Amino acid sequence: MNPTWSRFNITSVVLGFAFLYLPIVLLVVFSFNASRLVTVWGGFSIKWYGELFRNQGLMDAAWVTLRVGVISATVATVLGTLAALALTRYTRFRGRVLFSGMVFAPLVMPEVITGLSLLLLFVAIDLDRGFLTVTLAHITFSMCFVAVVVQSRLMSFDRSLEEAAMDLGAPPVKTFFQVTLPVIAPAVVSGWMLAFTLSLDDLVIASFASGPGATTLPMKIYSQVRLGVTPEINAACTLMIGIVAAGVLAASIVNKRREAQRQRDAQAALRA
Amino acid sequence: MASAAVSAVAETSEPAASTGLARVLQAVTGRLVIIVPYLWLLFFFLAPFVIVFKISLSTTAIAMPPYTPAFSLDEGFAGLWSQLQELNFDNYLWLTDDPLYLNAYLSSVWIAGVSTLLALLVGYPIAYGMARAPVSLRPTLLMLVILPFWTSFLIRVYAWIGILKPEGLLNQLLLGLGVIDTPLVILNTHTAIFIGIVYSYLPFMILPLYSSLEKMDYSLIEAALDLGCRPITAFWKITFPLSLPGVIAGCMLVFIPAVGEFVIPDLLGGSQTLMIGKTLWNEFFANRDWPVSSAVAVILLLLLIVPIMIFQFAQARAQEQGR
Amino acid sequence: MKSLGSIRRDFAPWKDPSAKPYIAFENVTKVFGDFTAVDDLSLTIFEKEFFALLGGSGSGKSTLLRMLAGFDEPTKGRILLDGQDLAGIPPYRRPLNMMFQSYALFPHMTVEANIAFGLKQEGMPKADIAARVAEMLKLVKLEQFAKRKPHQLSGGQRQRVALARSVAKRPKVLLLDEPLGALDKKLREETQFELMDLQQSLGLTFVIVTHDQEEAMTMADRIAILDKGQVMQVATPAEIYEAPASRFVASFVGNVNMFEGTVAAREANKARIAGASGAEIFVENAGDAAAGNAVAFAVRPEKIKVSSKRPEGSANAMEGEVFDLAYLGDMTVYHVRLPDGQVVKASALNSSRLTDDPLTWNDRAWISFQPDAGVVLTR
Repeated sequence: MNPTWSRFNITSVVLGFAFLYLPIVLLVVFSFNASRLVTVWGGFSIKWYGELFRNQGLMDAAWVTLRVGVISATVATVLGTLAALALTRYTRFRGRVLFSGMVFAPLVMPEVITGLSLLLLFVAIDLDRGFLTVTLAHITFSMCFVAVVVQSRLMSFDRSLEEAAMDLGAPPVKTFFQVTLPVIAPAVVSGWMLAFTLSLDDLVIASFASGPGATTLPMKIYSQVRLGVTPEINAACTLMIGIVAAGVLAASIVNKRREAQRQRDAQAALRA
Repeated sequence: MASAAVSAVAETSEPAASTGLARVLQAVTGRLVIIVPYLWLLFFFLAPFVIVFKISLSTTAIAMPPYTPAFSLDEGFAGLWSQLQELNFDNYLWLTDDPLYLNAYLSSVWIAGVSTLLALLVGYPIAYGMARAPVSLRPTLLMLVILPFWTSFLIRVYAWIGILKPEGLLNQLLLGLGVIDTPLVILNTHTAIFIGIVYSYLPFMILPLYSSLEKMDYSLIEAALDLGCRPITAFWKITFPLSLPGVIAGCMLVFIPAVGEFVIPDLLGGSQTLMIGKTLWNEFFANRDWPVSSAVAVILLLLLIVPIMIFQFAQARAQEQGR
Repeated sequence: MKSLGSIRRDFAPWKDPSAKPYIAFENVTKVFGDFTAVDDLSLTIFEKEFFALLGGSGSGKSTLLRMLAGFDEPTKGRILLDGQDLAGIPPYRRPLNMMFQSYALFPHMTVEANIAFGLKQEGMPKADIAARVAEMLKLVKLEQFAKRKPHQLSGGQRQRVALARSVAKRPKVLLLDEPLGALDKKLREETQFELMDLQQSLGLTFVIVTHDQEEAMTMADRIAILDKGQVMQVATPAEIYEAPASRFVASFVGNVNMFEGTVAAREANKARIAGASGAEIFVENAGDAAAGNAVAFAVRPEKIKVSSKRPEGSANAMEGEVFDLAYLGDMTVYHVRLPDGQVVKASALNSSRLTDDPLTWNDRAWISFQPDAGVVLTR
């Protein structure tokens, strides 16, 4: 028997989601407020979006963030996938404990520590802080998240697929690119998306690792937020939420369709 | 008859030298999988910690970088030894002398602890309700919990400023309803920080709780009820103990990052709030005292090692039980 | 065209001392950590043979197959393929292919692409690949499924794609790891015969790993019974069943009754065994058992007769009590308890509709068997 979904259960879920979503919804709503006073409704307007696009500082920061995000997510995906392979495929090598520690530690490391330590490294090796250092910092912490995502996929990966490829004459590297990678591709893609989002979202580490000329969007937003809430920032936030939400929704719809198709196919195969 | 097979074997193994070389190359490519990320993490993750530790032992200087190294290899290993003898723990003494830091640590742990407890109280009914939801609805509910995680942390914290400030939406609502006469002061208090942490980290609490509640066999509850247990007792005797791994994982996932949190106390807590992440930030950016902020970081790290170990231990045990 | 039966009847290279083995395991040992999966094992397999490795889990049968395919290297000993040591040759350079238990079909490729995968690795021209793929699809009767992906196929169809893919390269040896394990009983029986036909028509050497004795008995020319990494016996299915080499083999394959005792007298090929309970058993094929040896006389249930009266002129007869019986329609299985407590299983074919001698629970009953009904086992 299935448990019943009691009124208490429904209420707690509904209230919980209201708590999770109401602040975001309010923020989005007030980005369309004509009034400069963020909390007083002055009619519908999209003028703040126009203001936003005329704000050169914000636009520059967005451009920096986007570039840092794409580059760091891509490099982090490569490194994180390698790390996941190393952890799942090589059960014993010298320093494995240290290695797995270094892969998992950044997941729970306070950002202030990661940021501070990276900054001190950049100073020690005399690397000027800017675009490069932010990117290096983002690669370092987001590769660990990629590694975790890819590793969990590799754990359930059927090794006999690789053995079959080798048995049929494909050398290891070819096997990786023709069989392993295509099969784990969804995990690698979600690893990339996660790394990209983390980079887009990061304020603390970027503040430490960045220098003049490489102000990211969260840094820009943060410095403006400290001065008070403005409709312009609401508009910027709404755009960011919209982009991410659209991406996540699209991905989940594609997934759902594929899953439904898969189920139909499987049923058709059974009938045949 | 079998000559083709033999020649195929022979071709590949005959020039022993070349296969030997090929095998070495193969081994190196295989090892690259380990070596590349390993070196990256050694250089960008471990080395920085060594540097933090080193700088925490040096003295402040008005220069760029604003510290005098405690030891360097400029004078060779003999020099290193003499430097070791004069190691400088002043920064740590400074941390114990000034009650500011001790208070910051204590208040971080306290705020994180209270927030974790609140997140558990808020998150458990939600996770429980999700686990009891119709099976067809569960993936959607799960996605709705994860979705906020994809939106910017900074934005989610920022959204609360507009709600909590004295002329904010919450006060407008309460005043409008006639519940209160004068606006509540919530922003720039601990309450605001609690709300911020619970709100931001709630998905981290719900997910492990949900996964441990969802895989629980409902017939266990039915068996308990059948044996004469009242529903409330069944919850406390069966459901809750079985969800403990999820409770521990969720609490650690909220507590650990909350201790070192910077954005939430900075934006919602105002200038009076003491939290260690904020102290470190100020020490570094405002006071430019790199050695002291490094020492703060080292102690914060030590502080977090225990909860991290608990978390890892609980995870390992949950994995073993899953098998 | 010669019938399958006549080919198989004449095929017995293992009896020919001049025949050269095609695959040879020489004192192979494989250790994983502190577990010895294969223990100093030697085994030879001949060309075009259908050879089965039969054993329970942990018997080392899969490890043998994986070492042959190149996924594991022996800790000690060597493996020869047509006289060539396979040591150090990676799986992708070995002229043998494997059909995996899980089928290991590449989920992102169509049926066609799966079958073509191995051919592409060889650098075969495109036109030739297309022709070979078409031929393979025809062989396994999946022509209309060429463009499907594995998840769009039923279990039986997937099994055939896996088979087609593993024979597409025309390997000299095909290794099959529990190839029918995932199929239901009916499909499994059909496929057994298809595999035998395929092996004959392609002229391949098949090495199959299985835990299903019926499967091994049906398909294989010879069976190697494995236990704890060692070979217990290598022989044809009939020899394994009728002349098991040890108590382990006798009880591993089929049902068996073991009469334990000591050889009291031995004369030419005949022997008298003094049973543990005092009963005497006369046997005609005593093998290498000498007087005084502790032995077991192993008799299959279908070779034991059950009757209510003492049978006339039977060399070995014992009285007991019907302890349990199972009527299976085509036959009845009796469990008769002897005075010493041993329960003897005997199966009787119900060849006529009415039995004039209906034995039932708690009846006194006689069991009897001929002196050549079983084998004397010393091990």
